[in-house]
Amino acid sequence: MSDAARRTLVRRGTVASVVLLVIFLAAWEWGPGLLGVPHFIIPPLSLVAEEFVRMWQVNHLLMHTAVTAGEVVAGFVIGSLLGALIGYLLGMSPTAEFALSPYILALQIAPKVAFAPLFILWMGFTVYPKILVAVLIVFFPVMINVLTAVRTVDPDLVNLARSFKASRAQIFWKIEFPSSMPPMFAGLRIGSTLAVVGVVVGELVGGNRGLGYLLSFGEGQANTPMVFVTILMLTLVGSVAYLAVILIERRVLHYLPSRSIGF
Amino acid sequence: MPQTRLEYRNVTMRFPESSGAGSLTAIREVSFSIADREVVSLIGPSGCGKSTLLNIGAGLYAASEGDAFVDSERVEGPNAHVAFMLQKDLLLPWRSIAENVMFGLEIQGCDRAERHRRAQALLESFGLKDFAGHYPHQLSGGMRQRAALARTLAVDPSVLLLDEPFSAVDAQTRIVLQRDLAQTLMRAGKTALLITHDLAEAVILSDRVLVMSRRPGRIIDEINVELPDRDDPIARRGHPKLGDYVARLMQKLDIGSDGLGSDGPGATAPAGAA
Repeated sequence: MSDAARRTLVRRGTVASVVLLVIFLAAWEWGPGLLGVPHFIIPPLSLVAEEFVRMWQVNHLLMHTAVTAGEVVAGFVIGSLLGALIGYLLGMSPTAEFALSPYILALQIAPKVAFAPLFILWMGFTVYPKILVAVLIVFFPVMINVLTAVRTVDPDLVNLARSFKASRAQIFWKIEFPSSMPPMFAGLRIGSTLAVVGVVVGELVGGNRGLGYLLSFGEGQANTPMVFVTILMLTLVGSVAYLAVILIERRVLHYLPSRSIGF
Repeated sequence: MPQTRLEYRNVTMRFPESSGAGSLTAIREVSFSIADREVVSLIGPSGCGKSTLLNIGAGLYAASEGDAFVDSERVEGPNAHVAFMLQKDLLLPWRSIAENVMFGLEIQGCDRAERHRRAQALLESFGLKDFAGHYPHQLSGGMRQRAALARTLAVDPSVLLLDEPFSAVDAQTRIVLQRDLAQTLMRAGKTALLITHDLAEAVILSDRVLVMSRRPGRIIDEINVELPDRDDPIARRGHPKLGDYVARLMQKLDIGSDGLGSDGPGATAPAGAA
């Protein structure tokens, strides 16, 4: 795509996006009233905004958001590191992969969020069970992508390194590891959004901190605007995590042809 | 008698059949040697084991029987005397062109200053100096292949093994790359074994052409190219005897006898009378 064509696309796209946003916000504010939907089903925008201010002042919204964000970051980092590590190990040892594949498959199919009550039984109403659910849920996309990447490295590249008498460690650090970066980042992108899911489910199941707790608290009080605010804050946490991954990806994969790295 | 750089002695290679039992003989009792500074081409039908021979010379495969020798040393694994180059440029996308050229030196533990010095000199002689900091995707196919040749030469091998290095570039770029290769080989006094499907390329680049049979591959003929200007393939392209050599190679390879080269029958039947 030429630069000019690209600029046109960006300009048109931005305008369309803003127009859509305005229509959406207007529909949210006046739509329920026009259609006669009660406020406890869909509270209009202004009510949600008021509730946001109230929660900020009364319910420690910032603290709960910070707790959730901290758990997301911890779960994402630990889960990605473990996923990458196991992915590389299994990628380099076909025997280990063969032996472990049924267990990995079973664990991958098991719905990870179902482990939340179990972890709370084990570790109590602390931040750890929430982090652990996130670790488990982030682990798989990262591991699978790294494993596949290591498996599909061009054998001619490995032979090129071997022909220069590269050691096993050199082949890993100079060929396999850098080759696996683009698929690994694809896994990290998925992981960054899943981490939020893991943490929220953990918080919903038990505890008195975090946005998940506010969700169930708001539900218990039949406070629909509170639930709306919390969902928005969760989306914000997830978006920041996702954007952070994209920013790092752009730095690390700077050598790739400039793609339209969309979202 | 000039020193022998590369030699194959009774090399046979068998691969296990993928269906299970039994094995497939890829090459059978191949023997030939290449003298210092000689450039030899290897031609033959697809699947006759040419690339296998190259991999054995590079020490990437071990022969089932027989041995390869480089500089009179038995090849027992990858070694610093030999460097290979393939149809794919195999440039690492995350390294700049200069870093790619230094790749082999880096692995071999050459110190940083020396690495840079050699890479600079090679990039300069291949007209890539201005692209040292570029990444492979920013270069054309011909430039990438030239960078791959620079990387191959950077480790200063005594023998170059070239597996169809120019078959993926367009015809005009190929002519330029052939000239660059011929001049570089002559200037640096390198020995080379070149695999190609292009019979004219085999003749214009080499001192000698070896012809291989269909699988199991054996050397069935050897033609000395008695043309001047081995460092000037463009001049050789215009030589009146080039056609004779190519015709002889076609005959050896049995190309044209059934209208479809050596790959069996299947030519469309002549159209009947209208």
